[in-house]
Amino acid sequence: MHTLRKYYHPYISPFDPCPPIKVKGYETPPNLYMGFQPPSLPQFEPKKALAYGTLWPALYSPYPSPPVRKEVNE
Amino acid sequence: MWYYEKKLEYPVKVSTCNPTLAKYLIEQYGGADGELAAALRYLNQRYTIPDKVIGLLTDIGTEEFAHLEMIATMIYKLTKDATPEMMKQAGLDPHYVNHDSALFYHNAAGAPWTATYIQAKGDPIADLYEDIAAEEKARATYQWIINLSDDPDLNDGLKYLREREVVHSQRFREAVEILKEERDKKIFF
Repeated sequence: MHTLRKYYHPYISPFDPCPPIKVKGYETPPNLYMGFQPPSLPQFEPKKALAYGTLWPALYSPYPSPPVRKEVNE
Repeated sequence: MWYYEKKLEYPVKVSTCNPTLAKYLIEQYGGADGELAAALRYLNQRYTIPDKVIGLLTDIGTEEFAHLEMIATMIYKLTKDATPEMMKQAGLDPHYVNHDSALFYHNAAGAPWTATYIQAKGDPIADLYEDIAAEEKARATYQWIINLSDDPDLNDGLKYLREREVVHSQRFREAVEILKEERDKKIFF
């Protein structure tokens, strides 16, 4: 399973006027990796699918990303 | 900063006196998918894209200016010696009224260039997909101009420019692959 968010360390100048954000992130939603959707993928139960906006966990892209992945900024 | 080399990226030769071709070429000068829009789009987006692909946007954005110069040279050669009557016959009389034979950033239909042609969403994937789409649209525009043009020397330059769109699209697709890679996972929990 691919991560839905990537992080990078932007360049920080010693002359930046504001305290730097040392790590920045961006979204890489699951559709980026799937290509042509394979048949017979596992499905959510109908009520969940309606709430999430997709039948398939493989395409489910929660936003903001789950708080389990806490950003370390040091 | 930039250094300037006083030469074109690829030689521009125009062998037939056909100002109508200038009317088509102006699309790649000041049109939505033209070289100006491309250069400004890439050079602006590079500030807020992950460091790994900043250099690519700088390089391609710079090359777009070299392409803009080639297109300008083609248009200039086709119109510099055109009389008002010739401009009229080429359908360039509205351009002549507004600009004489000066170049201007507008599309083939005369609509002036606008920043609404470009976008900087800030989301790296969205921005790179816009760039890929822009390259493919520019490639298609070159194809339609080549189809309308019967000047083999001009078409030689246009075919070169079309090929560069293909290469740029490929590089942007590779940039997406770079951003898709799993990395820097260890610093998070």
